[in-house]
Amino acid sequence: MTRLWSYGALAIGILYFLLPLYGMSEFSLRMIRGEYSLQAYYVVLGDARFQATFGYSVLMALVTIVFGVLLVVPTAFWVRLKLPGLRPYIEFITLLPLVIPSIVIVFGYIRLYNTSSWLPLTGTAMGTNILLMFGYATLALPYMYRAVDTGLRTIDVATLTEAAQSLGAGWSVILARIILPNVLGAVLSGAFLTFAIVIGEFTMAALLDRPAFGPYMQLLGANRAYEPAALAVIAFAITWACMGLIQLVTRFSKHNRVAR
Amino acid sequence: MAFLDISHLEKSFGLLRVVKDFSLGIDKGEFISLLGPSGCGKTTVLRMVAGFESPDQGAITVDGANIVGLKPNQRKIGMVFQAYALFPNLTVAQNVAFGLSIAGVGRAEAAERVAEMLALIGLPDKGPSYPFQLSGGQQQRVALARALAVRPKVLLLDEPLSALDAKIRVSLRTEIREIQQRLGITTIFVTHDQEEALSISDRIVVMNGGIAEQVGAPFEIYNRPNTRFVANFVGTLNTLAGVVVDPAAGMVEAGGRQFALGRALDGARGAALTLALRPEAVHLGRAPGREVVLPATITDVHFLGSVIRLRAEAAGASLSLDTFNRADTPPPAVGATAEVSFSAADVIVLGD
Repeated sequence: MTRLWSYGALAIGILYFLLPLYGMSEFSLRMIRGEYSLQAYYVVLGDARFQATFGYSVLMALVTIVFGVLLVVPTAFWVRLKLPGLRPYIEFITLLPLVIPSIVIVFGYIRLYNTSSWLPLTGTAMGTNILLMFGYATLALPYMYRAVDTGLRTIDVATLTEAAQSLGAGWSVILARIILPNVLGAVLSGAFLTFAIVIGEFTMAALLDRPAFGPYMQLLGANRAYEPAALAVIAFAITWACMGLIQLVTRFSKHNRVAR
Repeated sequence: MAFLDISHLEKSFGLLRVVKDFSLGIDKGEFISLLGPSGCGKTTVLRMVAGFESPDQGAITVDGANIVGLKPNQRKIGMVFQAYALFPNLTVAQNVAFGLSIAGVGRAEAAERVAEMLALIGLPDKGPSYPFQLSGGQQQRVALARALAVRPKVLLLDEPLSALDAKIRVSLRTEIREIQQRLGITTIFVTHDQEEALSISDRIVVMNGGIAEQVGAPFEIYNRPNTRFVANFVGTLNTLAGVVVDPAAGMVEAGGRQFALGRALDGARGAALTLALRPEAVHLGRAPGREVVLPATITDVHFLGSVIRLRAEAAGASLSLDTFNRADTPPPAVGATAEVSFSAADVIVLGD
């Protein structure tokens, strides 16, 4: 009887997730009246604005990931190694982007870094891009920090560090050759989450007036019928591909084949 | 001056003084064990030598140079950890070569040195394996090879055998000692296992409460402990209450018998003192050379195979004694009356 309830709950859960997805996919194929076709996908993928905005967001995502890794891995490592007492405070700070709306953050940025401020980042396109990248890194901070911190928990950071030090290694070598490779799976999880956040982010990109994919999706959604559905399916496919990649990387990482 | 000289080392964590005025000189090629219970400061001393902790006071010199101000990666001191600490993302060969690549050793020379080290630890074919594919004993051998590959001035072993099972522990400690003697490397070994320390060390430092209670060769530590703590911590001990009869002649009285210890005593006539005997110094029955004989009652018998461990009440004390098993002599029964004997020369007088 209990098992029946479990299966019932599972079925409702699956329907709840899959039915809208099925409906959206089916709708995206009906651009040409009376038949199923990939016309909406051709239109979306052939649109020069799609290519430009998607390319811009992918580039921003990559830069954000590099910045995030360089910021979070040494921080999480240092906190775990030398300042364990600070962990609750660091965790609190990294969680702040979840409770502070991105519109507040971006207005803060504009106020602090506008053209009449001491650091007029919004004065140039490159400056604004840098500001946007910092904004993205802030939004991704909770996910990146948690992923890396969880990864660090699976290895004996202190002893590995001391072993490397006794063999003559300095901090940069320890981070690059010992710590990072051992938390690579966790870093990639954080990286793919960052990628997904950056690709879909609207508020910051729109208010900083950058040609990102989020504002393009919103624009398309407001003016077209079938293309937004095709775009959503594409976005889903990208997300799932990222999740698949995480699995692949973790599985094919030789030293991770057996639980440590 | 000793090759590795530790002088007047002090270390506190908060209000707790963990190491108190610790001094020790270690000669080149010597194997020293720091032995003591948990919290006695032995690992802290080792970590200060390695550079992972900074002493509050004192100096540590290696080959005449003070290393206290140096970072751990500048000290050229190898270390093997209890938890192996092999890098999980690197193969065995890469682990052993890690220190060599940091030191800028050429690829061909490094490969040669790795092969040499793997042969030294008896794992010449394990180069391409990852640490998780090795047993605990094999991992610890690789950790030893990795520490030795860079040819450190001093080797530190932080309870390297504690995580291994009993059989591997015995064989690996012998191997460690053989390798250490072959390479002639100055080594400090931290352990809380007295048998390990006694079996492989040139000298043992028995630590308690942050101080070195006694430093000496294993034979000396075991047979002539300076303090009550050392006597109790190293080996099993029987204690007897005694009284000084003639301090100059070393005459004492215990269990109603008077006997000379063959050495002068510190206490005044009539002063109480505690005498101690190792189980193997006490003999069941009379035997030549064991001139002190006490009547006893057997209270406990443990048959351990080659050895029979007995407990007997004698002179108001409970004595533990070991006898070898003999197929034609069954062990005495519990409650049986017997005699126990010992030589006055084997009696240890316990100080504070």
